[in-house]
Amino acid sequence: MASLAATVPSQRKWRNPSALPGFGLSFGFTLFYLTAIVLIPLAALVIRPLEIGWSGFAEILTDARVLHSLELSFGGALVAALINSVFGLIVAWVLVRYRFPGKRIVDAVVDLPFALPTAVAGIALSALYAPRGWLGAPLMEYGIRIAYTPFGVIVALTFIGLPFVVRTLQPVMLELGKDSEEAAATLGASRFQTLRRVVFPALTPALLTGTAMAFARAVGEYGSVIFIAGNLPGISEIAPLLIIIKLNENNYAAAAAIGVIMLAASFVLLLGLNLLQTWTASRR
Amino acid sequence: MSLVIEKVEKRFTDFAALKGVSLEAPDGAFLALLGPSGSGKTTLLRILGGLENADLGHVSFAGLDWLTIPARERRAGFVFQQYALFRHMTVAKNIAFGLEVRPARQRPARAEIKRRVEELLSLVQLEGLGGRYPSQLSGGQRQRVALARALAIEPRMLLLDEPFGALDAKVRKELRGWLKGLHTRLGLTTVFVTHDQEEALELGDLVAVMNEGRIEQIGPPGVLINAPATPFVADFLEDALARSPDTNLRSLVRARTIK
Amino acid sequence: MTRPLAPTKDHPLVRWTLTAVALGFIGLFLVLPLVVVFHDALGDGLTAALAAIREPDAIAAIQLTLTAAAIAVPLNAIFGIAASWAIAKFDFAGKGFLVTLIDLPFSVSPVVSGLIYVLVFGLQGWLGPWLAEHDVKIIFALPGIVLATVFVTFPFVARELIPLMTDQGRDEEEAAVSLGASGWATFRRVTLPNIKWGLLYGVLLCNARAMGEFGAVSVVSGHIRGLTDTMPLHIEALYNDYQYSAAFAVASLLALLALVTLVLKSLLEWHFAEEISAAHHH
Repeated sequence: MASLAATVPSQRKWRNPSALPGFGLSFGFTLFYLTAIVLIPLAALVIRPLEIGWSGFAEILTDARVLHSLELSFGGALVAALINSVFGLIVAWVLVRYRFPGKRIVDAVVDLPFALPTAVAGIALSALYAPRGWLGAPLMEYGIRIAYTPFGVIVALTFIGLPFVVRTLQPVMLELGKDSEEAAATLGASRFQTLRRVVFPALTPALLTGTAMAFARAVGEYGSVIFIAGNLPGISEIAPLLIIIKLNENNYAAAAAIGVIMLAASFVLLLGLNLLQTWTASRR
Repeated sequence: MSLVIEKVEKRFTDFAALKGVSLEAPDGAFLALLGPSGSGKTTLLRILGGLENADLGHVSFAGLDWLTIPARERRAGFVFQQYALFRHMTVAKNIAFGLEVRPARQRPARAEIKRRVEELLSLVQLEGLGGRYPSQLSGGQRQRVALARALAIEPRMLLLDEPFGALDAKVRKELRGWLKGLHTRLGLTTVFVTHDQEEALELGDLVAVMNEGRIEQIGPPGVLINAPATPFVADFLEDALARSPDTNLRSLVRARTIK
Repeated sequence: MTRPLAPTKDHPLVRWTLTAVALGFIGLFLVLPLVVVFHDALGDGLTAALAAIREPDAIAAIQLTLTAAAIAVPLNAIFGIAASWAIAKFDFAGKGFLVTLIDLPFSVSPVVSGLIYVLVFGLQGWLGPWLAEHDVKIIFALPGIVLATVFVTFPFVARELIPLMTDQGRDEEEAAVSLGASGWATFRRVTLPNIKWGLLYGVLLCNARAMGEFGAVSVVSGHIRGLTDTMPLHIEALYNDYQYSAAFAVASLLALLALVTLVLKSLLEWHFAEEISAAHHH
């Protein structure tokens, strides 16, 4: 005589049964919410350009103004990410390895771009770098204009990207410890050789990950950029802003076309980041 | 009224953990499930506790169709390998948990719960530690809290997963004797999992040697040592016992080898 | 005789230079903008700043921001708890993919996040004509603002709780069930106390982002002053009207929110490091 619960032969299982309750409810709600909030609306975006066909799609994207805005968003994000990779590495190193008064506060301040609303950052940066601003005025003396130029875009994108690099590097640096450096030193390596051949390679995956995250965030950034950029078409107009302009012109197709390109870029970046993290994990 | 396990099978997505396990143990037995890691002993214990579902098979215990009872209602006192104490609750709260979550009608009065907790604390020799948090206790103390918590629900049987696995040798030795004494006193059917041959043979009055999801042999310790049913049992017991610091066991083995 | 430097120590000159560069960079790029906000808020004096905050349109914007956050944050908190319960406490196929999907909104541009809802609910969207017929307003109204806010803050709580609950394992819950606790009692008495600081941490970050969101909300709001302008949108409107001091006065409220968030976040990190999570990536 076999009991009811135990006689059902196991079919191909997609999950191991568990004594804990609530799987159906929590998993069902998760799927429902994810589908309703994220997947269906994203599908609406992906499908939209199909209505205008490939030629219509291509026509929109080869428009000079659209092309330039995409170049600026991607190019500016790349430059800002590279700036952050250098300074983020220094900031993380200083925060992990050195002691100085107020270190905890500085460490907390690094997260400011995560916490400060982008519109607030945007008008503050704009005021700072405007021709009569605290930084804009002295720079003007040297003939350097930041606000209302592509440089302004880069400044804003640098602001929002820094924490990604620092916060990705910090735990890896902490975990790295000093053992391998001590080992290198006992083997006769100079400090510079140790850093270049032992420390830096160990940090590379995290540095790449952090930089890629900063880049991904910067590509789509809107709020902190539009005030300082001045938004001159063909000069300092970013792609997200152009989406809004197209929407205001009731040109849904064009807005969706630019949106799809940006979404595709996020997918590629997300995929790359996942691969990067798998690689990092495999090297641990 | 005895514990009867019949042809229990369990597959996980990637491997078969139990390939038809059957055994019988009298009421009040102290049964050791002994085997190397991956032999299926913990899976069997978790099935008895209702934490895993068997794919096939049947278990009866105390006149009940054991596997059809949900874990919640089974009253199988389960002691986890890492104790699984509720880290944000005091020792007393941990022990009282099983009583406090009962439906209002079956829940003892607050004073009664308090009395039971005190009783259990003294049973496991932790008087006065009810206000501590698990993180403030030693490994051996945590183990005893886990046991008291399991006993609080007046379990029908007691299930212990590697009860001494996380303890150092000295504490292990002490607790072993104490647990044996407790079992004698309470007379509760007890199943425990171990990979330590010495522990199984010293504590269990019945030992089931498991290997690759099957039971190789089940019997009292003396029978296992003197008449191993399979080469695996002979090997598995001999290797370890020849090295055992316990002279009693060592001489048993030696006597058998000479014979 | 001078002793040689320990092999893991940088030369003092290197140390000072790098520290100066790091602090200089943080000061210039992070601290200075924050200082400007408060300085410029007082550009026309404290009275003018207070008046800018008390003005009816500003009040309406503050109320709208609070309302949107009050709906979006609890929704995402419930979602985060449900998702992490399913993912951390059970084994099923496709788990990694599900986690990636949950993280997805983080990598979508805020403007695109708003755009997708316009494409579903806008006049030319999938459901637009039907909604117009039945006189339901989603875009250019509160529901749209809430939806956009929910989207951009979607993963915040879930991504705090998933690693935390995975780390904590299932033993305690299994123990609770074997002691006779119901599912709800297990969650409320065992799981929730274990994750409360992590949950609070996630909610804190979720809320900061929800109240400060600009790009996504900008697309769906319609910018009707006193009606559909949230605080960040009100700041934009004031700034574009050349009412700089007023813009910075309202902005200083959001900057204060950011500072409070940072302080609470740091306190949580310092006191409950283990109860939040082992590693923090954003």
